[in-house]
Amino acid sequence: MSAMLELLVILVCGSILVSGILAVCLDNLTAAMVSAGLASLFAAVSYVLLAAPDVAMAEAAIGSGLATLIFLYAIRRTGGGKG
Amino acid sequence: MKRAFTLLAVLMFGIIFARMVGDYSERQSVSALAEHYLSVVPQELGAPNVVTGILITFRGFDTLGEVAVLFMVAASVGILLASQPEARQQKELTEPEPRRPSELVQNGAEVILPLIFLFGAYVIMNGHLSAGGGFQGGAVVASAVMLLVLAKPSSQLHHGFLSITESLAGVLYVSIGILGLIFAAGFLDSHILPKGDFGTLFSAGAIPLISTLLGIKVGAELSVIIDRFRN
Repeated sequence: MSAMLELLVILVCGSILVSGILAVCLDNLTAAMVSAGLASLFAAVSYVLLAAPDVAMAEAAIGSGLATLIFLYAIRRTGGGKG
Repeated sequence: MKRAFTLLAVLMFGIIFARMVGDYSERQSVSALAEHYLSVVPQELGAPNVVTGILITFRGFDTLGEVAVLFMVAASVGILLASQPEARQQKELTEPEPRRPSELVQNGAEVILPLIFLFGAYVIMNGHLSAGGGFQGGAVVASAVMLLVLAKPSSQLHHGFLSITESLAGVLYVSIGILGLIFAAGFLDSHILPKGDFGTLFSAGAIPLISTLLGIKVGAELSVIIDRFRN
């Protein structure tokens, strides 16, 4: 693995970590959910960097797209977690 | 007390993961099983994309189980969240007009939707040639449906049609599996169709066919799940 790629992978992994921590810590549920979606988007990028485009495609579509939307709908139906 | 227990659990996980990370060293060569797959899949199945070849033939039964699990999820979400017609009418009467989506989403969806659907179809059809396959392509199609639902909140998906399409694809999928049992070596064997020229669209036996059915099934199921959550 070349040094450039390694640096990129470390950067992406750091982004996954940061958005994961944000997803846990943020008080606003919608923002937290968007952050969780961001974490799985970065995970998809890391799969591409590690030469697994098949997995990356599924992760990008299901993990960061559909799952985030389903959670956002659930948050809206439960009154934003306040009710 | 409870806190101490949680701390202990986290510590134990920490130790396990630390040992895994500490012992990790990058593999310098391909493992024996991977080498076997890498030589057998292109030669015997005629599929350049080894991953899809494995998923649809050697691990075809696992894929069938995966799709069955997805079907269960769709069915149980339907049971839990299906809104009765009269309740929906009541809701429409009492609720104010839903907020319109932003112009950016509306116009962007008009431009980008056909492209996403096309890309999904491409990924499904070319599963045996390039990265992707039925499952991934189905997920891409479902995310296009998601964009459609976001851009046009008043649009209604036809659940009956989607369910019938999905069930039909499932039945055909299992039928192809049984055909493999009769005409080839075993359940879901792809040799029931001729292998064709290596690297062309219609090649690799039944893999493109199974991949297409899989894509239709996954796309329909995920779309129904999204729509259930919306209403």
